[in-house]
Amino acid sequence: MPGLEDLYREIILDHYKNPRNRGVLPPPAVRAEGHNPLCGDEIEVYLQVEDGTVTDVRISGQGCSISQSSASMMSAAVKGKNVEDVRALVSRFKNMMSIEEGEPDTSVSLGDLEALQGVVKFPVRIKCAVLAWNTLAEGLDISLA
Amino acid sequence: MGFDVEKVRADFPILSERINGKPLVYLDSANTSQKPRSVIDAMTSFMEHGYGPTNRSAYHLAAEATDRFEATRTKVARFVNARSASEIVFTKNATEALNLVVRSWGGANLGPGDAVVLTHMEHHANIVPWQMLAAEKGLEIRWVPLTADGLLDTSGLERLLDGAKAFSFTAMSNVLGTINPVADLVAAAHRAGAVAIVDGCQSVPHMPTDVQAWDADFMAFSSHKMVGPSGVGMLWAREEILEAMPPFLGGGNMISDVRTEGFTCAELPAKFEAGTQAIVEVVGLGAAVDYLTAIGMANVRAHEREVTVHALDALKGRFGDDIVIHGSPDPDVRGATVSFAFRDVHPHDVSQVLDQHNVCVRAGHHCAKPLMRLLGANATVRASFYLYNTPAEADVLCDALAEAGDFFCL
Repeated sequence: MPGLEDLYREIILDHYKNPRNRGVLPPPAVRAEGHNPLCGDEIEVYLQVEDGTVTDVRISGQGCSISQSSASMMSAAVKGKNVEDVRALVSRFKNMMSIEEGEPDTSVSLGDLEALQGVVKFPVRIKCAVLAWNTLAEGLDISLA
Repeated sequence: MGFDVEKVRADFPILSERINGKPLVYLDSANTSQKPRSVIDAMTSFMEHGYGPTNRSAYHLAAEATDRFEATRTKVARFVNARSASEIVFTKNATEALNLVVRSWGGANLGPGDAVVLTHMEHHANIVPWQMLAAEKGLEIRWVPLTADGLLDTSGLERLLDGAKAFSFTAMSNVLGTINPVADLVAAAHRAGAVAIVDGCQSVPHMPTDVQAWDADFMAFSSHKMVGPSGVGMLWAREEILEAMPPFLGGGNMISDVRTEGFTCAELPAKFEAGTQAIVEVVGLGAAVDYLTAIGMANVRAHEREVTVHALDALKGRFGDDIVIHGSPDPDVRGATVSFAFRDVHPHDVSQVLDQHNVCVRAGHHCAKPLMRLLGANATVRASFYLYNTPAEADVLCDALAEAGDFFCL
């Protein structure tokens, strides 16, 4: 059985205890909402997209350490990136979480997000880690609609 | 006869499993219970030696299988003190049993503006079917509030029930463990002219049940929470009510005749049992009822009360203000289901640490989101004890919780 250290890496606990980019953004920023019906975790992602670039992002909601730290690390990773790169990162992350088929695009760097790789060993927690990313993808769709 | 928990534990093969050298501490019986050897053997032996169709074919094997199947109905009827076996309807699960009541009874008896009363501690299975019917028919749903201690606040019950057609409530909360005064609630419903529907999922496995003493009209309950197999639920209802209701699902077994112009229904209880039933599981359920009957439900309740008192004392004594236990502290009005918040550690994370010690608890909203909103929590940790749990297992829970605290609250 994998140990707790495999799941709760130090950087994950750091993002859980000191979440980055918490809060909300006023319109015209878009807002997307995600729920994990299994455990009741809720997340809101606010995205400011200007000229094809995510210029600002905020996270609200509540959930377990994995869902919250994943959201926090995601917010830090996507801020300032253009929309194509953000989508590529979403895809790469979901590939790491083993919920997207195919060869990963290794040209996309995960950086700190690699700390979440251990989640895969705890299959019931994958949904927690991916919640923010699915919500982000929905936010991108709304912003481009 | 004395109750010996070690003897009970020896009847449940899974409880001697060891994972990573450590014993299994199964504290999730409010979710689903483990199975004794007698249930496992009854199902295996039936499949090896006696399996056949029920109520359909004339050969010997089919007749024997039908007898085994129907014997369970009689055992269940006795177990809850129904007037007759034909008052017991088998369903897929208790959720289906509640849907049967809502669709068949509610569909035939409720119309625009009619009121149905529920409580704020219901499982989604006793909420969503009503909401679905309410949306179709324009029903009003009223809610019985809770006290700070997690009991039903019955101070305004008479007003809530005034003019209502049905009162559907749980006998025991699956989150708070609260044991509701079923007979009083049924009496209040009847005084108002409302039908009383009891969700017995959490109470039937844990204490004696007497539907006649309650004077209730319907009760839904489930096999898998009472040491029986999954795949079977049960509905008990007064015969005259079942007789007057239209059928629920249509198909084979539930008809007496079918012509191109239409059909006529079978007699009770076949009228509500369309298609091939969960034959093997129903046979297993019969063994489960035998098992619990032999132990005695009063003994089960007394044992669980003792474990609950120990668990509540241990959790409070050890963690003080770091733990918030939802529901009443009074073991006379609560069962062995203990939901709590621990420091500011998210229930999912608590459960992850507990899992490292093979302590199985549920973390989440327990299919009772209206109640969770009332508690102001998205999720809780829920430890639920049963006849095979020991006070020592409550101590293992405490040790594992302490570690969760160390890990997350530096």
